[in-house]
Amino acid sequence: MKHISIALAMAGLSVLSASVQGEMQGDAKRGAQAAALCIACHQADGGGKHIEGGESWPRLAGLNATYIANQLHDFKSGARSNASMEPFASMLNEQQIADVAAYYSQLPPTPGQGGEEVDEVLLQRGETIALHGDWSAYLVSCKSCHGPDNQGAGTVFPGIAGQHAGYIESQLQAWKGRTRNNDPQDLMGSVARRMSDEDVRAVAAWLANQPPAAKQQELSQ
Amino acid sequence: MMRKLSYLALTAAIGCSAMAHADERTEQFIQSLTELGFPAPKANELVHIPPGIDKLEEAEIHPELKRVIRRGHDLFINTQQLRGKNVFNGMQCSSCHLGDGRMPFSAPTWPAAVTLPDFRGKNGHVNSLEERIAGCFSFSMNGKPPEYGSDDMLALTAYHRWMASGVPMYPKQPIYGRGYPAPERPKELSYARGKDAFEQNCAICHGADGSGLQRDGKTIFPATWGDLSNNWGAGIVRVFTAAGFIKNNMPLGQPNSLSDQEAWDIAYYISSQERPQDPRYTGDVADTLERYGPTFHRHSMYGQKRESDGHLLGDHANTGEKGFLKPDTLRPRTFE
Ligand code: HEC
Ligand code: HEC
Repeated sequence: MKHISIALAMAGLSVLSASVQGEMQGDAKRGAQAAALCIACHQADGGGKHIEGGESWPRLAGLNATYIANQLHDFKSGARSNASMEPFASMLNEQQIADVAAYYSQLPPTPGQGGEEVDEVLLQRGETIALHGDWSAYLVSCKSCHGPDNQGAGTVFPGIAGQHAGYIESQLQAWKGRTRNNDPQDLMGSVARRMSDEDVRAVAAWLANQPPAAKQQELSQ
Repeated sequence: MMRKLSYLALTAAIGCSAMAHADERTEQFIQSLTELGFPAPKANELVHIPPGIDKLEEAEIHPELKRVIRRGHDLFINTQQLRGKNVFNGMQCSSCHLGDGRMPFSAPTWPAAVTLPDFRGKNGHVNSLEERIAGCFSFSMNGKPPEYGSDDMLALTAYHRWMASGVPMYPKQPIYGRGYPAPERPKELSYARGKDAFEQNCAICHGADGSGLQRDGKTIFPATWGDLSNNWGAGIVRVFTAAGFIKNNMPLGQPNSLSDQEAWDIAYYISSQERPQDPRYTGDVADTLERYGPTFHRHSMYGQKRESDGHLLGDHANTGEKGFLKPDTLRPRTFE
């Protein structure tokens, strides 16, 4: 397995083109070293941090590797703009991106923060949106794409259960305000723009309170 | 302007329907729908949008009935709990009937509760609500319907009946948003354009090979063709039905975003792929086509040669995951 990943990595290195995005094999061990850059915000355990009223740092531990790699590519190319991330993503080469993505995807996920002190009514609204949607506003449920437990589906739809409320809220707001638009086919943007600010707060808080993974083993596959 | 128009149409529709009143919820639905490019109700249409299951608790009905309706709703959105027993593909009822069977333009399922028993051309006899549901089990779920009168069948019909609360039996007016109204058929359909458009707009969820996405045996995105999809007898294999479904409902969350041409091309492309055999198969595709062409398959690609490679569609005995062709419940009625 290691041989293959190194061979692929070398092949990848020689072709540094957009076509290899997300396909390059990462090495989690090497990724752990490159991740030294990331610890200040994303923390040593990859758990990130909810920061009330400030910029929250997402949990990366246990997210899909291809999804992480794609986001890093997008920060680097400017397809996704974020002042804090841009300089760090720019320091990573293609191989390092694949490596850190592999590293974080294999860390055990940690619980989400920021949904602890939210009132019942708002949480109830959040649950409705996440699990059933609100078709009166043509809001499709989160789970119809992010998976039955909102723990992610494939390489495109990231796990959002157990993500920090502040981060989910900021991203939904970014889609609403069209400052984030690196989602394929505007799939997330078209839903987010139909959400009220209260919907955004509600669903962010509810999701933060959900388990990020059913079983630890499931994630390390 | 848009808003005013739709509101007027709505009031007019309600005015001549027997419905008590258009509550705020219905208005909100109609407003979101018209903003997304769906037509506003016409003056003569019956407008009904059932309450969500979260409103069941406040209904003034027997608590045991609530329990059974809730069971029916659960079967509707998680039909996979019947996998291997009544369902032999990866579908839920809600895979094709969005919003738990309540959404206009997504073949809301409650109209069956107020329009049946009635004659259906598809099987040439008078059908009940149970038989209509059995139809979707036999074809769309590639399965075997729960027995008539069984707990599961009763729960499903109770859910349908509850959704239709307040609507009179056998309404005279057309129902707003019933079925999957298809846009006008363009002059030419193209397999190649359909394939391209599918790969660009749909493959991200349904897979370029149409097999959808499963995780731990659970369906996340349903299959648009192949063994995990509906069989050749399902309503959605008719190209116009698929075009209507797609135009009004897909990509998920972006209704009416495709052009009419794209919706039809994609429908034509999907309908040109293989899927489990029609349970009405006689053992010969040409013979089956002859029998069921006039009432059904003249709208599908069944028994025709695929444009891209000349493959004869439906010419096989593959029944998918199920070990039988035709469930016993699919039988003619003669009343003799
Ligand atoms: C593969 C897609 C698909 C699935 C899955 C599916 N259906 Fe349907 N259903 C259809 C189509 C197509 C129609 C016909 C719509 C039309 O009239 O054009 C329909 C119609 C109906 C109707 C009649 C609606 C009316 O206007 O009278 C009922 C009731 C219904 N389905 C119930 C169910 C139930 C219950 C299930 C799950 C056991 C189910 N369906 C699963 C595609 C599907
Ligand atoms: C963002 C993901 C997504 C995209 C993109 C998408 N779909 Fe779907 N599609 C779904 C989901 C999810 C369902 C089931 C409905 C539900 O569970 O809410 C579905 C249901 C369907 C169905 C009925 C069930 C089946 O599998 O046959 C068809 C047909 C379909 N989609 C076709 C398309 C077509 C054609 C496109 C492209 C124009 C498309 N979809 C784009 C997610 C998607």
